[in-house]
Amino acid sequence: MPADTAPKLHALPTRAAPRQPFPFSAIVGQEAMKQAMLLTAIDPAIGGVLVFGDRGTGKSTAVRALAALLPEIEAVEGCPVNSPRLELCPDWAQVTQTQIIRKPTPVVDLPLGVTEDRVVGALDIERALTRGEKAFEPGLLARANRGYLYIDEVNLLEDHIVDLLLDVAQSGENVVEREGLSIRHPARFVLVGSGNPEEGDLRPQLLDRFGLSVEVTSPGDVETRVEVILRRDAYDTAYEAFMPDWQAADAALRERILAARAALPALKTPATVLHDCASLCIALGSDGLRGELTLLRAARAQAAFEGAASVSRAHLKAVAAMALSHRLRRDPLDEAGSGARVARMLDDVLP
Amino acid sequence: MDWDRILLALQVLAVDPAGVKGLWLRARCGAVRDRVTTALAMLPLPLVRLHPGVSDEALYGGLDLSATLATGRTVMSRGLLARPAGLILTMAERVPPGLSARLAHALDTSGTCLIALDEAAEAGEGLPATLTDRLGLFVDLEALAWSDTTDIAVDSGSLAAARALLPTVVLPAEAARALTQAAAELGIASLRAPLLAMAAARALAALAGRTGVAEDDLLRAAELVYAHRALPQSEPATQDQPSPPPPDAGEPGAEDNTRQDQTIPEELLVEAARAALPAGLLAELAAGRAARAAKGASGTGSARAGNRRGRPLPSRPGKLGSGARIDLVATLRAAAPWQPLRRRAAASDAVLLVRAADIRLKRFEETSDRVLIFAVDASGSSAFARLAEAKGAVELLLAAAYARRDHVSLVAFRGTGAEVVLPPTRSLVQTKRRLAGLPGGGGTPLAAGMQAAMATAAMARARGLTPTIALLTDGRGNIALDGSASRTQAEEDALRLARAIRAGGFPAIVIDTANRPQASLAQMARAMDAPYLALPRADARKLSSVLGAALGA
Repeated sequence: MPADTAPKLHALPTRAAPRQPFPFSAIVGQEAMKQAMLLTAIDPAIGGVLVFGDRGTGKSTAVRALAALLPEIEAVEGCPVNSPRLELCPDWAQVTQTQIIRKPTPVVDLPLGVTEDRVVGALDIERALTRGEKAFEPGLLARANRGYLYIDEVNLLEDHIVDLLLDVAQSGENVVEREGLSIRHPARFVLVGSGNPEEGDLRPQLLDRFGLSVEVTSPGDVETRVEVILRRDAYDTAYEAFMPDWQAADAALRERILAARAALPALKTPATVLHDCASLCIALGSDGLRGELTLLRAARAQAAFEGAASVSRAHLKAVAAMALSHRLRRDPLDEAGSGARVARMLDDVLP
Repeated sequence: MDWDRILLALQVLAVDPAGVKGLWLRARCGAVRDRVTTALAMLPLPLVRLHPGVSDEALYGGLDLSATLATGRTVMSRGLLARPAGLILTMAERVPPGLSARLAHALDTSGTCLIALDEAAEAGEGLPATLTDRLGLFVDLEALAWSDTTDIAVDSGSLAAARALLPTVVLPAEAARALTQAAAELGIASLRAPLLAMAAARALAALAGRTGVAEDDLLRAAELVYAHRALPQSEPATQDQPSPPPPDAGEPGAEDNTRQDQTIPEELLVEAARAALPAGLLAELAAGRAARAAKGASGTGSARAGNRRGRPLPSRPGKLGSGARIDLVATLRAAAPWQPLRRRAAASDAVLLVRAADIRLKRFEETSDRVLIFAVDASGSSAFARLAEAKGAVELLLAAAYARRDHVSLVAFRGTGAEVVLPPTRSLVQTKRRLAGLPGGGGTPLAAGMQAAMATAAMARARGLTPTIALLTDGRGNIALDGSASRTQAEEDALRLARAIRAGGFPAIVIDTANRPQASLAQMARAMDAPYLALPRADARKLSSVLGAALGA
């Protein structure tokens, strides 16, 4: 190509940068994934969602949409760990503002190959080198406090990062003892992971830290696929016209989440439901008692979301597969998959 | 691939780089590829070259440490992803999963466009699926000779006009429907493909100066975007698909595609996409995808960097750069005693004067993952029962290997040759699928099996894994390396390979599955310097526990 005809930089094609992520309500199908995410939004104590499935099935889209859907939180302005009240701000942060502001629920991305320093925080190199001060630079765990920590391709995460996460997800506190620093701060977050099982499995310990797990597949029928494509295309090309309707739907959903959160403490849990929980877990032989606890919490959240006054067996059945399927002992010779085993057992134990 | 189609793909990329997201360019380095990469200058984006070892500081920006030290004030560097750019990724077949995930995120969120130069030479190498799924276009220059190509003339005027026209181009809903159906029929599971094809169709219409997408645009968009994603036609869509949905999901499958009332028949689109690539290439790409998927977390060729992760060791003086991480406290400690002297010498009142000699680097110790390579005799003499036990043992060992993060690989030999049924993987899903389809019968090409196992072991070692070979056979090798049915030659070959395995320093174990222990096999195990175990009547569980004990698992 002759040099004189080489084109210089042209103006970019006018493709407006998305201001808001794709709306949660506009996601077609994938009901289990959406249900699981809503349940953790109602009760963060359920403890996170694992989404496993094929590429291009809307896993990342759903997580980013969830961030926009969640109600705002109140936090002290400038506090690195989003403390709700001034006296809860950690000392090392030296927060000077006293104002409480509203900000979106943090949804923090944990990229693969992230370094330990970035995750837990480290000595602030900049301040140490230029001013000779010893200061702590908070990491991703601090930013994710009171929010969501999202790990795409979670099954490819380095083992030593997984070890860090296991510890923090369990204790809800991040303790940093390194480089002459001794610092601790709260790190309570909902872990959301996604990945493709063909690229490797997850360690059982990490699997257990996720409260719910769902499997997503590409929609099989053409009509659904076409609907997905049309909505996504409308979002990309006709953003202004597309958003208002769905934003209204998202707002309605947000109201329902808030109402369910308010209703959760008063919700009644009959003893029969507790029995059902226990007998189901025994029948399935799930490890530990975390299965029962999660199952019950998820069922309560489901009941609150539906506006029921007490938890019933129907609620339990609606969430059993996602709360238990990843806690079963692996049977390498069972072709059906653990989701099917839970379903089979549900029919046997809770007719 | 036909040169005109390549030119068309480049033009589409130049019109809407953010829409089609990028180009997967499969070619060896050479004059033909240079022709194509030179033409990338017609992109309306600043071009940036990346390599697979690019650091996070380079991608996202950060503190420029050497400049900061030199000037005494904070100097920040700007990341490559800070603004939309045309990223040219060289040696894309060696991209580690971490980088591909970051690039994928950049592609999803900003107007970035990626041109991946994939020089894959061997089966199983290639661009990670996270990126192939997101890049709209594919160009293969492998079969093109220099004489088939011409200079790429760039008509920047018409490209600019097309870009101006692009926002007004309308793609009817019917066309979107046809593209989606065609993708489903071609067995393309990802829903990104139809969206990319729609972007390509719009760009094609804009290139032709139209504001409406015509049927011809759709056909050519299907050719450009779908051809390399489609599954090979010779095989049914449910087999060998890189990511088929689990069977329990109630997937209705392809029987829904009975609608005939479209204005643009999607069969045409399917035909166009099918015709666009030679069948051999398609099968090769599918095989590459499967192998990539099976490989899992390890990526290609990335020997572990010892200074990045693992258990910390005491820090040492060293030079910054090459991805090393500074141990700040040790550095400050090293610099501290010299401060008064340096201040006097430099006549400066800076708080801290750090010299390059003070820099201390962090060091880490990392143990590499282990890979168990099973070389399994699937011959007629070994019988189907033993094969089933070997299969079961592999699955059990893999299930037990979660906590230890071991990899497992499977080599089967039967008939006249050996085959790597499963490249090193940790994925239970993949293992089950490959194991289930493992056939048995025929002669016993023991030497070929050992050769394949050794090659796999060498490859695993090159990737930073620690291989161990487990040979399961009844020892009656009767097919020589050259495929001839000569027992003496076969035994000679096997013994030679046994010595080669020993010379290569690959730890091995020989398991005799014959009804009566074979003296020849014990002798071969000695030549291999491997423990010899005779297990005439072992079931899968016993086999797995004996193997586990012998390997120190």
